[in-house]
Amino acid sequence: MSGTDGGEPLLEVRELCKYFSEGGGMLGGVTFDREFPFLKRQRGDVRAVESVSFDIEKGETLGLVGESGCGKSTLARTVLRLLEPTSGSVYFKGEDLASLSGEPLRRKRKDMQMIFQDPQSSLDPRMKVGPIVEEPMKAHGMLDEEGREARAKELLEKVGLDPQHYNRYPHAFSGGQRQRVNLARALSVNPDFIVCDEPVSALDVSIQAQVLNTMRDLQEEFDLTYLFIAHDLSVIRHISDRVAVMYLGQMVEIADKEELFENPQHPYTRALLDAIPVPDPRSGGRTALLTGDVPSPIDPPSGCRFRTRCPSLIRPAEYDMTDAEWANVVEFQRAVKRRSFETTNRAAVRQRHFADAEPGGEAGTLLDEAIGHVAAGEWEEAERLLTESFADRSVCATEEPAYEVSPTHGESRHYAACHLVRDDAVAAGEETELASSVGERFAGSADVGEADD
Amino acid sequence: MSEPLLSVENLKTQFFTEDGTVRAVDGISFDVHEGEIVGLVGESGAGKSVATSSLLRLVESPGEIVGGEITFKGRTLFGLEEDASGELRPRDDMLSEEEMRREIRGREIAIIFQDPMESLNPVFTVGGQLREFIELNRDLSEKEAKREAIDMLREVGIPAPETRYDEYPHQFSGGMRQRVLIAMALACQPDLIIADEPTTALDVTVEGQILEMVKELQTKYDTSFIWVTHDMSVVAEICDRVNVMYLGEIIEHATVDDLFYDTKHPYTRALLDSMPRPDETVHELNPIEGVMPEAIDPPAGCRFHSRCPDAREVCREVHPEPRDLADEGEPTHRAACVKYDAFDVGYDESRPIEGDAAGGFGAGLTRTGGEE
Ligand SMILES: Nc1ncnc2c1ncn2[C@@H]1O[C@H](COP(=O)(O)OP(=O)(O)OP(=O)(O)O)[C@@H](O)[C@H]1O
Ligand SMILES: Nc1ncnc2c1ncn2[C@@H]1O[C@H](COP(=O)(O)OP(=O)(O)O)[C@@H](O)[C@H]1O
Ligand code: SF4
Ligand code: SF4
Ligand SMILES: [Mg+2]
Ligand SMILES: [Mg+2]
Repeated sequence: MSGTDGGEPLLEVRELCKYFSEGGGMLGGVTFDREFPFLKRQRGDVRAVESVSFDIEKGETLGLVGESGCGKSTLARTVLRLLEPTSGSVYFKGEDLASLSGEPLRRKRKDMQMIFQDPQSSLDPRMKVGPIVEEPMKAHGMLDEEGREARAKELLEKVGLDPQHYNRYPHAFSGGQRQRVNLARALSVNPDFIVCDEPVSALDVSIQAQVLNTMRDLQEEFDLTYLFIAHDLSVIRHISDRVAVMYLGQMVEIADKEELFENPQHPYTRALLDAIPVPDPRSGGRTALLTGDVPSPIDPPSGCRFRTRCPSLIRPAEYDMTDAEWANVVEFQRAVKRRSFETTNRAAVRQRHFADAEPGGEAGTLLDEAIGHVAAGEWEEAERLLTESFADRSVCATEEPAYEVSPTHGESRHYAACHLVRDDAVAAGEETELASSVGERFAGSADVGEADD
Repeated sequence: MSEPLLSVENLKTQFFTEDGTVRAVDGISFDVHEGEIVGLVGESGAGKSVATSSLLRLVESPGEIVGGEITFKGRTLFGLEEDASGELRPRDDMLSEEEMRREIRGREIAIIFQDPMESLNPVFTVGGQLREFIELNRDLSEKEAKREAIDMLREVGIPAPETRYDEYPHQFSGGMRQRVLIAMALACQPDLIIADEPTTALDVTVEGQILEMVKELQTKYDTSFIWVTHDMSVVAEICDRVNVMYLGEIIEHATVDDLFYDTKHPYTRALLDSMPRPDETVHELNPIEGVMPEAIDPPAGCRFHSRCPDAREVCREVHPEPRDLADEGEPTHRAACVKYDAFDVGYDESRPIEGDAAGGFGAGLTRTGGEE
């Protein structure tokens, strides 16, 4: 089941980018940055999906997880070419979808179906369930009327509904049942590949389990391949063979399910895992929560996009300081960025941020200057000094990470976009690409991201 | 134990619709003590939101509270009595609508809704709304209220509160808006905050931050909470005691530890068993068969009998009221299930119900049908 190197990829996605041009869409002309200076009038695209590469093998389920707005739905739609990609390629059964259009693309679409997040709005309330299920067959000229009806009834039964429900309207169904109708419709044209965009997120847990079990059974019976999107890691752990973690438009980690949950390498994956609540009052709750918000996809951080929130940001080589000192510097810099000070006199700031470890030397001098700015209420100067002297000098800001490490669970390749693994990496940059058959490459680790903040 | 802060007795709220009477809340009783977080958990449609809006008498037509008693700090928020002709009418000591609005809502009991956009006005700045709320409810000058508003924003973790004070709700992320609502709820230092699924729409990362913050604020101000959720993990994380609702009724009540480690009601058990786990790989999930029936015409007997794996014939006939099943000296643990000896209605001798629980095709089609 799990994607080993020997398997044959059904879908190969290479360097896929999807930008939304500014002005259209929900963001309009003005954007509100979550960090200072909050309001930016800028031109630029929403870089919703950037340089994403992955494979999905025949018969497997790739789980795709990430926070709201990170680009999961956009990626899914771009893969299916419901959205036109900005650049990059998608190979389905070896054929580049980007090179197809018109009738050939339409025919190809029959093999690739999608189930949407909201079972309510994805079914036409004026149509009966039978015709809803038959619709894709009709569109692709499959079977005659009688044949379609017979197949629709058979499929309703397969997804756990009563074939008698053929003549009912969607409103008479519960959320879980509507999602089953969606499944039947997707299955009607006998696809190989189904993209499921949060198919159970809107359902109660008790119903979620029913639908997830049905999806698994159908996968086995029809040899289906799933790209399964969810923001709930418990659901992802249940349904996936491999898991891809997305942050701010990019893949940060891809690995076998067991490997990802038991041996996560990327600090963002770890933070997500730590944030999952465990249904057990004796578990002691979630640990070490992420702070700050996701930055704007219009002007994402250079290098590693997670660096503005990363708890493990790498110390710039030029400064000589202990880990504790560096941690305090990072914490202080982020506090200045958030302006989260109740008192700003020098002694109080020192006490709050550097009581246990204060760097000396050049770093110490720079910090002293920054603390002076804070005490004088010169926030912008303090922020600029700290950013330029520390944050921007980290390798995390200057180089885009892309590595592959050897897995301790399963045999699938383990991709981790974090410089922390560079010493353990079995491959980096050029060699890191997941499958060589298509010849596209991951961004090399030597690529210097534009220093744009 | 001391007098509860809030006590609810046999509360019933119904909606009078064309299709019939929806018995959304059908005789629930629970209480909240000072400084406690009490959970109200159940799947969607169980009646959680109707129950919480009933507490503040915010149920709108065609809905109506038709019975029961709600007491808060010795005052009667709701109570009926029979008049000479046997008609029910509000008791004399029941607070007037005016008193509810001026003295209770917002000041003594605050409520936080699931969708923060519904509670924030999009055309006014976040700070302005918070300031006005404080000004009105705490008799502070505009200037003092503004200072207080900024302090509250900082307190709930809004970065750069002085700047953000002048921004509009749409400029805030979902998590930040929910923080603002929490700030608003806390602003009048109420004794009780009712939170109706305030984190359900948020990512776990943000949910974690907010729950963490609520726990801190709760310790600091000793505020009591009623925390409404459908998520057992949130219950485990934040609640002291829990009430589990099914189809308008509270079917189990226990301390959070007992609820998870000494689960009594088959519905609670099934709910816990149906969840995928983040911390281990489970191969086959155990769903609860079927769906919750409609509240218009709830099943006779135990309302869970159509889905219960332990259901027997007697469950169709006897309607169990929650009973305390705890041992002497142990904290209260109520459950409404006739399989326990305390009910003594012949469960052991009764025949298992066959086929019903298996659900099959028809399980849980909503009763409105829709066949044309
Ligand atoms: N049509 C559009 N125009 C402009 N920006 C868009 C458009 N569609 C999406 N975006 C932006 O692209 C980014 C990714 O959005 P997307 O809907 O793919 O996220 P998602 O991961 O599916 O989120 P969720 O978990 O909330 O469904 C967001 O910043 C979003 O605001
Ligand atoms: N305005 C209304 N009119 C008719 N029925 C309603 C109304 N509001 C809620 N109900 C019904 O009351 C029951 C409980 O609903 P609710 O309290 O919203 O559930 P929960 O919050 O637990 O998801 C459901 O059967 C619902 O359909
Ligand atoms: S590359 Fe740097 S900032 Fe990015 S996750 Fe790794 S340590 Fe953190
Ligand atoms: S009373 Fe009967 S049907 Fe109801 S929960 Fe108990 S065993 Fe199940
Ligand atoms: Mg989405
Ligand atoms: Mg509700």
